[in-house]
Amino acid sequence: MPMIEFKNVSKWYGHFQVLKDCTTKVEKGEVVVVCGPSGSGKSTLIKCVNALEPFQQGEVIVNSQSVGAPTTQLPQLRAKIGMVFQHFELFPHMNVTENLNLAQIKVLGRSLDEATAKSQMLLKRVGMTDHAHKFPGQLSGGQQQRIAIARGLAMDPVAMLFDEPTSALDPEMINEVLDVMVELAQEGMTMMCVTHEMGFARKVAHRVIFMDRGEIVEDSPKAEFFGTPRSERAQQFLSKILHH
Amino acid sequence: MDFDVAIITAALPYLWKGFLYTVELTAVSAVGGLFFGTLLALARLSSLKPLQTVAAAYVNLMRSIPLVLVIFWFFFLVPLMLQSVTGAERPPQVGAERTAIITFILFEAAYFCEIMRAGIQSIPRGQVWSAYALGLNYSQTMRLVILPQAFRNMIPVLLTQIIILFQDTSLVYVISATDFVGAAAKVAQRDSKLVEMYLFVAVVYFVLCYSLSFAVKHLQRKIAVIR
Amino acid sequence: MNYHWNWGVFFQETPEGGTFYWEILLSGLGWTLAVSVVAWLIAMLAGSVIGTLRTTQNRWLTATGHCWVELFRNIPLLVQMFLWYFVIPEFVPPLKRWMVSTDPVYAQFISAVLCLGLFTSARIAEQVRAGIQSLPRGQRLAGMALGLTPLQTYRHVLLPEAFRIIIPPLTSETMNLIKNSSIALTIGLAELTFRAREIGEYTFSFFEAFTAATLVYVIISMSANRVMAVVERRVAVPGLITAGGN
Repeated sequence: MPMIEFKNVSKWYGHFQVLKDCTTKVEKGEVVVVCGPSGSGKSTLIKCVNALEPFQQGEVIVNSQSVGAPTTQLPQLRAKIGMVFQHFELFPHMNVTENLNLAQIKVLGRSLDEATAKSQMLLKRVGMTDHAHKFPGQLSGGQQQRIAIARGLAMDPVAMLFDEPTSALDPEMINEVLDVMVELAQEGMTMMCVTHEMGFARKVAHRVIFMDRGEIVEDSPKAEFFGTPRSERAQQFLSKILHH
Repeated sequence: MDFDVAIITAALPYLWKGFLYTVELTAVSAVGGLFFGTLLALARLSSLKPLQTVAAAYVNLMRSIPLVLVIFWFFFLVPLMLQSVTGAERPPQVGAERTAIITFILFEAAYFCEIMRAGIQSIPRGQVWSAYALGLNYSQTMRLVILPQAFRNMIPVLLTQIIILFQDTSLVYVISATDFVGAAAKVAQRDSKLVEMYLFVAVVYFVLCYSLSFAVKHLQRKIAVIR
Repeated sequence: MNYHWNWGVFFQETPEGGTFYWEILLSGLGWTLAVSVVAWLIAMLAGSVIGTLRTTQNRWLTATGHCWVELFRNIPLLVQMFLWYFVIPEFVPPLKRWMVSTDPVYAQFISAVLCLGLFTSARIAEQVRAGIQSLPRGQRLAGMALGLTPLQTYRHVLLPEAFRIIIPPLTSETMNLIKNSSIALTIGLAELTFRAREIGEYTFSFFEAFTAATLVYVIISMSANRVMAVVERRVAVPGLITAGGN
């Protein structure tokens, strides 16, 4: 059974359709990269996984639970899915450890000691041990994003969502974040990543989804996608971002 | 309890007179306050240190004491000031209504000053430089270039302040001036109809102020679009 | 100016004897502070709740918040004071009976506190709403993505951030509240301005009495400013530039 499954998902903002009949899935342990021009609906699609964006038609099934079903306990479902945002979204009034501890304590019910131990372990993993007591405003973008990844991992998620995790970063900081993501992928984490980093896609992705105007235009294994993308739109998009 | 509508209709002509005074007080204070407030703002932004200090002291003093106390101050001071100006033997009888107008002009000037100061400061320095570069002097630069822009940017804030002023003028009640509330209070106490009169006053103010602030919000959106 | 100065007036006894005028002024200050403190607590509590409601996704809650704010904002405070003291008790017979039977000063105090507290709550609600809405949308999403409930997201993420941002406007609303408490004199509450005028009327030393009251108000507003500046520094977050921070 797939970890994440989209079945004919459609979404409208008023009269404007942002998602058109999207169907795809992410298997357990699979890394799927979603790309496409801005406004193509890729961020909206990924936010449907943990119901940060409601959708009007179709079904999203995560970890064999239907996201849109009225009986689904959203907080519990979201706690199992880690999410990393474009602008990090660390909580500026809490230090790094508090950022990692908050949901562990409030949602998972861990004790402060348990949570702190877990946080320390994860900070070590993303190479941020020395910054445990700093506040987000005192850190660089790359450091903040690594902390944000650790915050998601602290919940022991069954899958991780990445929404353009490197597009707000200065170029010299992109690699420190991608390195953490590559490592995570190689350990077998189920990942769905909206990103334009094609180097990352080539290295670890199993499948690549290309979206345009709310539609899934391409959905193919990595080798096939980079070899011969079938649609003209995907070819245009690839040539634009690769020659730049 | 029974609600006596007849008392309101009977008192309407008297209330109307009070209401007209409220409108007059608001309008005159708004115009006067804006005029003196702009002068104060220019003083606060001038390069003359003493002028800056005096203007800032006046504005801060006015803004740190309650309007009721300001009204009492002027009610007591205005006759004495007029006497020392005219050299009359006894302090002249000015009357609560006229005192209130002087009070509100001088009080509102402090608040309008801060609005205009923010408005002037929101204009890029380049506007001043380019005006000077064209050979305009200080007064021309302000009158023709800076103030018209500052004023236009601040229209929504100024209008909101005028709605607050419209409500605040009711405080002339404390010196027994017959504004809208004053008129209603006099009828209320004479006929022991406090519930009817005060509810009526509240509804009238609410309808007026709500529609006016709605209009201001609308205007604000329109201005935002034009920019 | 033809005026008899008498700065010693505060050390004269009142006509009834036994008390000095400075004590009268001090008791006025006491009422001003008492009304302001209790009203401030009501205003902060109600204002935070209403302001928060206006940022929720629920149409009914936001509409309730909107009505609350518009109601208290569009009626002059003086008229609201009269409504609380003269009108509302007429519709609530037990309240009316209590107000008639008790010492009038309690009735005045309760009316003034409710009036000022709720009036100020509408203004604070607007600040709280603006504070929450000024936060990046991602903060709410990040809280929810971690599995926090909406209530937890407000409690641990949005409100602590919003309140830090709005300390400067909250300071000026606090000053306004203290100044507005003088309007309670219209229902007979003997607060500072009431007492200043009373001393003026008894002794004809209006200038001295008003000067003393003015000084007290200036001192109160300066101390309130200091206190809030300290609060702002205490809760400041390293690495974040807030509106009032240097």
